[in-house]
Amino acid sequence: MDQKMDFNAPHSMGTTIIGVTYNGGVVLGADSRTSTGVYVANRASDKITKLTDNVYVCRSGSAADSQVVSDYVTYFLHQHTIQLGQPATVKVAANLVRLLSYNNKNLLETGLIVGGWDKYEGGQIFGVPLGGTIVQQPFAIGGSGSSYLYGFFDQAWKEGMTKDEAEDLVKKAVSLAIARDGASGGVVRTVIINSDGVTRNFYPGDQLPLWHEELEPHNSLLDILGAPEPMNI
Amino acid sequence: MSSIGTGYDLSVTTFSPDGRVFQIEYAAKAVDNSGTVVGIKCKDGIVLGVEKLIASKMMLPGSNLRIHSVHRHSGMAVAGLAADGRQIVARTRSEATNYDSVYGEPIPVKELAERVASYVHLCTLYWWLRPFGCGVILGGYDRDGPQLYMVEPSGVSYRYFGAAIGKGRQAAKTEIEKLKLGDMTCRQGVIEVAKIIYGVHDEAKDKDFELEMSWVCDESNRQHQKVPDDLLEEAKAAAKAALEEMDAD
Repeated sequence: MDQKMDFNAPHSMGTTIIGVTYNGGVVLGADSRTSTGVYVANRASDKITKLTDNVYVCRSGSAADSQVVSDYVTYFLHQHTIQLGQPATVKVAANLVRLLSYNNKNLLETGLIVGGWDKYEGGQIFGVPLGGTIVQQPFAIGGSGSSYLYGFFDQAWKEGMTKDEAEDLVKKAVSLAIARDGASGGVVRTVIINSDGVTRNFYPGDQLPLWHEELEPHNSLLDILGAPEPMNI
Repeated sequence: MSSIGTGYDLSVTTFSPDGRVFQIEYAAKAVDNSGTVVGIKCKDGIVLGVEKLIASKMMLPGSNLRIHSVHRHSGMAVAGLAADGRQIVARTRSEATNYDSVYGEPIPVKELAERVASYVHLCTLYWWLRPFGCGVILGGYDRDGPQLYMVEPSGVSYRYFGAAIGKGRQAAKTEIEKLKLGDMTCRQGVIEVAKIIYGVHDEAKDKDFELEMSWVCDESNRQHQKVPDDLLEEAKAAAKAALEEMDAD
């Protein structure tokens, strides 16, 4: 076990991040754990960051790298919006993200999911993983926790979901990943973006479904022996 | 109409006492003396047409193009000094591809027009540069629909339903105003533009001319391209017939 913990080590967001399109918009979701080695530096971080009013990005990998990329893109998009005279499209936002990711691939370690809504193409999700590829997908998953979700999505994802179905899917998926991935944890945050605007939701542990290993054990030695209260020893 | 700007017209960085920059006005004259260029916005696209005055019978038809594609979705017709026009087209193409690389989408026509205008204007700000002696009609079809812009040597750019520059612009504008552009398709627009250009061509003063036309519309899949040969022939025939009708009166 690590006796000496380096609290100044680079903060990494182990993370589970998800972006899903539905009939009318997108739902973005993420956990809230930022770790420095095994120490949880921030148990309630917000990994879903605003790029413009209608486009948000889910950040994973190095916390610093993903923040810097988001900041640059927000800055460029702001200028672009002023010049264009109307909100930027999701595609443009995603392209700016990937140009930074690709051109600085030797320096950066961040996987991003860009999601939003614009009046031309509706809700769109773009994955921009480590090397700086850009790929538009009906749904995208990322971060260390996503490894446990590939099979889940293969079965659970369907085209043309409603807003509530999509948000439930995201909530369930993030909480499944948190259950299995040590580097993901905390609360589940979701952001829903559609033509009406943006809605942020927050689901602490008690509002998330329990998975089977988290329930009371049956017929275990502890039951039989009558486990004492922790403070009564 | 023109006044002599004696003493105040030697440099583009000199204002006259009544607030004019004469060099820019003289640049506009270069445009006024060139063959007519017409552009119209129909309900499903843009049509551009040029009265290309042929300097010599030895020239190959189809050479010395005056209409250029600047991106898949837009094209530009140039009036005035041809060499200056080449510079503007080159710069516009570069702006369009650069925007595409950075933003990942084709440059909106409005943005492209602003960049052209800003470049033309740039060359009116320094004493060691001269203004461009050409005007440009830029037509494109982006996700906000078909749009037509005109950029003058002073660097102003406006959006139009119909625009004309060059020798026959007054007569051309009158003809354009008579058209019901909102109801017209580009196919019909091509015929009308041909009629206008044949109509304003001055047989007496000018030599032969070649009609050059392009369009970007739903029918061309929103790509800027030369008008197909068969439609061009049809347009020329209709224009000549219309001329004869007029003469017959």
